[in-house]
Amino acid sequence: MDATARPVSTPRLTRFLHLLRSAPLTAQFGMVVTLAYALVALFAPLIAPYGEVEVVSRVPFDGWSAEHLLGTDQLGRDFLSRLIYGARNSISIALITTILSLTLGCLLGMFAALVGGLVDQVLSRIVDALMSVPELIFILMILSILGGSILNLILIIAVLTSTRFYRISRAAALNVASLDFVEAARARGEGSLWIAVNEILPNILPLILSELGMRFCFIFLNIAALSFLGVGIQPPTAEWGSMVRDNAALINMGNVTPLIPAAAIALLAIAVNFVVDWMLNRASGLSEEA
Amino acid sequence: MSFSSRPILSMVLSRLGLGLLSLVIVSLVIFSAVALLPGSYASAILGQNATAEAVAAMEEQLGLNDPWFLRFLRWLGAAATGDMGMSFAGRPVMDVIGPRLVNTVVLAAITAAIAVPLSIALGIVCARYRGRFIDKFLSTTTLASISIPEFFVAYIVMMLLAVKLQLFPSMAGIRASMDWGDQLYRMVLPILTLLLVILAHMVRNTRAAILSVMASPYIEMARLKGEPESRVVMRQALPNAIGPIASVVALNLAYLISGVVVIEVVFVYPGIGQAMIDSVRNRDVPVIQACALIFAAAYIGFNLIADVISIVSNPRLLHPR
Repeated sequence: MDATARPVSTPRLTRFLHLLRSAPLTAQFGMVVTLAYALVALFAPLIAPYGEVEVVSRVPFDGWSAEHLLGTDQLGRDFLSRLIYGARNSISIALITTILSLTLGCLLGMFAALVGGLVDQVLSRIVDALMSVPELIFILMILSILGGSILNLILIIAVLTSTRFYRISRAAALNVASLDFVEAARARGEGSLWIAVNEILPNILPLILSELGMRFCFIFLNIAALSFLGVGIQPPTAEWGSMVRDNAALINMGNVTPLIPAAAIALLAIAVNFVVDWMLNRASGLSEEA
Repeated sequence: MSFSSRPILSMVLSRLGLGLLSLVIVSLVIFSAVALLPGSYASAILGQNATAEAVAAMEEQLGLNDPWFLRFLRWLGAAATGDMGMSFAGRPVMDVIGPRLVNTVVLAAITAAIAVPLSIALGIVCARYRGRFIDKFLSTTTLASISIPEFFVAYIVMMLLAVKLQLFPSMAGIRASMDWGDQLYRMVLPILTLLLVILAHMVRNTRAAILSVMASPYIEMARLKGEPESRVVMRQALPNAIGPIASVVALNLAYLISGVVVIEVVFVYPGIGQAMIDSVRNRDVPVIQACALIFAAAYIGFNLIADVISIVSNPRLLHPR
């Protein structure tokens, strides 16, 4: 196997590089920015000049200086360090939530499509009901009652978002499930789970991947909004949404520092959306402007 | 028409039924949220005065010993007549959120009145000049603007227009005693922010709705007959895209709801979103329930309108063979 795999991998790599080079400028920009964020998140402790919750100055809301490049926050912690650690916290929590909801939604969606009948009906009606509530309001209500721990936040958002993955994977799987090779697998006597993973999933993957990117953005923005409203990720954990809220007083004095975490949120979401948009265009096979 | 309107009627009725069903399910979830509250509801109301006898008496008085579905029906019936019970702070919930609800509706209505015509016009321009600079520019900015958190837009607007240029007040704390002009003056920044948040979405969807019609054979036919492109868009595509556009508009008004909460908090606008966040912080469950119910009802309502419009405007359903 190894001997045959090697020579194949080189053209595959060049093809991949060629694909990246053929991507539109917006998508390339998106990929570079996303990669940069990932690196910052991974190596946060190495990059950050101070600790995440370390009080480094007696002066709260200190201005920008050589010592504290972006000044200090409301408790005298280094703003830049918290911004860097915030990348790690915000992105990892959003990523975990996305993957959780993807797994839950896609498995249930493919299951419903393959089994059909009453199971499909019941699951679909539950999903309809969950989707008919405004997300932010629903999360706010549940969090206010259960308390705003990170675990609760992840679970609630993952379950609510899995409805979107359910919808899209069920619809896509329904199309694939009627094709001949699925019939063949069934005739061979394969189980539903085997068919779902080996036959259906590879065929609906492009669609699900672009949905994954889009949902990551929504979850990321939702968590930021919740933290901004004071019910998401709680202090002292550094998180971009709550950093904006805690330092918002500076805005009325004409200081732009509190806007930096907000801009960081926006930039990442834009970058991911640019990549997703390109993938969607490729997946649908129509390149409108090309 | 009388015989042909029947399939539409049944579809619309079934949509209404589904909407009502999801409203009941949502209200059931909202109602049962109380059961998840640590400690009992009665002791939560009584707070510091929660002696065992007082709690028992309160439970009796509120009918908390009845079966849950009886309590749910009673709660739902009261909510339907506008009685949301007492807040934990001791005031009737409707007294707390009633005036704020009016403020929020005014804010949303003014925003919608500006956003709807503007976004349809821009969407038509994009579809007409597809692939040109204006279209690419608007497409890219819309893609960017759905990725920007609402509070970022709000603070940038505040920074530029209130702090730097000092044109408008940064806090939109309106009171009933102010006259209309003054209230409107203070609402400018929240409205502007909401517009920026919602406009891109609506333009993008309007453009998509028109473009999907533009792919039809009769558009090709009209082009082959030599009609100018703007006439094709305005006379052939637009009338057929009105259904999808209207449903897009309704969907986006539903999307406005979560934006309203954040923007009210940023500008300290005394609306129902702000009331909900305050009560979440104080864990005032009856107020949270009332706000959640109102938001959910509005959201379901807008989605329902979107569905009904797209059913009613479908010519195949209007003239069945």
